[in-house]
Amino acid sequence: MEKILDIGKYIEYAVNWLTENFDGLFDFIKNVGNGFIEGLEWLMLGIPFYIFIVLLTILAYFKVGRGGAIFTALGLTLIYLLGFWVETVETLALIFVSTFIALVQAIPIGIWAAKNANVNKVVRPILDFMQTMPAFVYLIPAVLFFSIGKLPGAFATVIFAMPPAVRLTTLGIQQVPRDVVEAARAFGATGRQILFKIELPLATKTIFTGVNQTIMMALSMVVIAGMIAAGGLGEKVLEGINNLDIGLGFESGLAVVILAIILDRITQAFSQKNDNKALKKLKSIFNKKQKA
Amino acid sequence: MSTDTIKIEVKNLTVIFGKNKHQALKMLEQGYSKAEILEKTKCTVGVNNASFQIKTGEVFVIMGLSGSGKSTLLRCLNRLIEPTRGDVIVNNVNITKQSNEALLDTRRTEMSMVFQKFGLLPHRTVLENVAFGLEIRGESKELRLKKAQEALETVGLEGFESQKPSQLSGGMQQRVGLARALANNPEVLLMDEAFSALDPLIKSDMQDELLDIQDKLHKTIVFITHDLDEAIKIGDRIAIMKDGFIEQIGTAEEILKNPASDYVEAFVEKVDRKTIITAGTLMNQKPTVVQLEREGPEMVIRKMNKLSIEVLPVVNRHRVFMGFIWLQKVLEAKKLNKPTIEEFITTECPRVYTEYTVEEMLPLITNTKSPIAVIDKDPGKLLGVVSQISLVTEATRFDKQEIVELKEQAKEQ
Repeated sequence: MEKILDIGKYIEYAVNWLTENFDGLFDFIKNVGNGFIEGLEWLMLGIPFYIFIVLLTILAYFKVGRGGAIFTALGLTLIYLLGFWVETVETLALIFVSTFIALVQAIPIGIWAAKNANVNKVVRPILDFMQTMPAFVYLIPAVLFFSIGKLPGAFATVIFAMPPAVRLTTLGIQQVPRDVVEAARAFGATGRQILFKIELPLATKTIFTGVNQTIMMALSMVVIAGMIAAGGLGEKVLEGINNLDIGLGFESGLAVVILAIILDRITQAFSQKNDNKALKKLKSIFNKKQKA
Repeated sequence: MSTDTIKIEVKNLTVIFGKNKHQALKMLEQGYSKAEILEKTKCTVGVNNASFQIKTGEVFVIMGLSGSGKSTLLRCLNRLIEPTRGDVIVNNVNITKQSNEALLDTRRTEMSMVFQKFGLLPHRTVLENVAFGLEIRGESKELRLKKAQEALETVGLEGFESQKPSQLSGGMQQRVGLARALANNPEVLLMDEAFSALDPLIKSDMQDELLDIQDKLHKTIVFITHDLDEAIKIGDRIAIMKDGFIEQIGTAEEILKNPASDYVEAFVEKVDRKTIITAGTLMNQKPTVVQLEREGPEMVIRKMNKLSIEVLPVVNRHRVFMGFIWLQKVLEAKKLNKPTIEEFITTECPRVYTEYTVEEMLPLITNTKSPIAVIDKDPGKLLGVVSQISLVTEATRFDKQEIVELKEQAKEQ
């Protein structure tokens, strides 16, 4: 079919204009960003794998429970045995950095949208756009701005993973009972006091659900970002596809699944209401010690 | 208790919700109704030109049905809702003209609010909830927990400090709400349908508790309710609102006796009058009496004859009530040629004080035909007489079922 309207052309112009005129800025961002990601990778790889596994297992034990701990220990050991340890840590580092950058933007935007109906009207369609645009499309501007590597991977990941955190922050704050907020106002609370003493604490669970979603979306995008040489498990998956190596494809895919389940269970535990038994025990022991 | 200083003064307060406030205000001045204004300007009139004064130490009740603007009016007192026009003056300071900082300070120190839905913080313990107002105004942790503890004791919730609000019953949650308001030690308490969400028994307990606390602390309380019985029980004065307009302000008795409009009358009709109307209102204030030392049988017979009445109250020279004298007995005295009626007075007769209600007096009329003497407590001077007829007339304002019940009650007693 013949093309009558060419929006793509203008987008191309815009992106080209940006790359030509802000070359220095993009380079700067790229260098700083890569520095962060590689620094974190270096730190995480500096920890011996067995200590890493033990630490995550302990975290899983207290936040998720015994089952979660066993799964974490076995899953991570399996990844190590499959020889994907370095790739997994690279992927984790990229997830952490992307999620961090996404949340730093998403939570304030979410709060702003909850407080201001006009902001919400503008933000919502943008979020719809960001979420439904096929993930691969983000790789193109990422490469144009930053060429290939880890930072463009993080860039695409941040865009793709941010929307749920914005949405759920807005939702969480809007769900805070109005009478509680009114009571705080009646006692002379300032806007800031209401936000930090009432709204954020009461929205925490919902916001953490958003954080969980963001992490999961970041994981899926980080794998896709393997296509632009972001490294990690994504590159292994890609290698499997390119070589039609079913064995490698399955193994690296399995590693992604294990990582996803561990991340999901642990972050979900933060958004749930009650502490599990192990954590309660720990807290009661701690309290007793404090009293004594 | 109430010195006559004015604590809160509201002058020509109007609240209009909607975008076209200016036009709505104009229409309101021209005397259009709330419905007409809504139709033309899409604005809702919340409060229509309200003016009143609340005295220090007074319990001032604003009552009306839902949508009458009572909650809006209350929220204007601490500017949770901005008045469209008019002034609110608290302690001689015009709240409506205060800067934001000054307003926050007023809310933190001078007025505390108690809410229908409690408005407690679900993520904090009872003690932390009570300390919330103090935390907001920046008091040290030690001090605020100490004050919160005292407030909790005032409302009888010691031992529940570390519970979460959701673990408490509705009545206890509202005690926490009350304690939170008291912890700030404000001069004014604003209570927005504070007890309306509670079931009747608990509600009644809380009302008693509030009156007890008020007895000790002498706050100025503005209380919102849709329940007239509640208004009558706790209010020193009551303002009745309809469609944003204050129809009448007065004590419960004033409103019941002289309703200012058909609306108020229709409203108060349903009230349990027998618990409000007192001997003081019902009595004949200047009854004809027999003065024991001065009047012998002959005089008494004359008096009775003149008034065509067969019973008269007897007082001594200090107007202290002695009893009633019946025609039959006077005739007997006359037959025996006694100079005084002293031995013939019926001394065993009902006597009440002015604050006795109809409900309390009804049982007194069943065994005897005697009128009821209203006396003061010391030395027992006669203030008036309540005739059986007036009591029965008052009682027949109840519906029939109620009268039957009352009679049965009276018989049992």
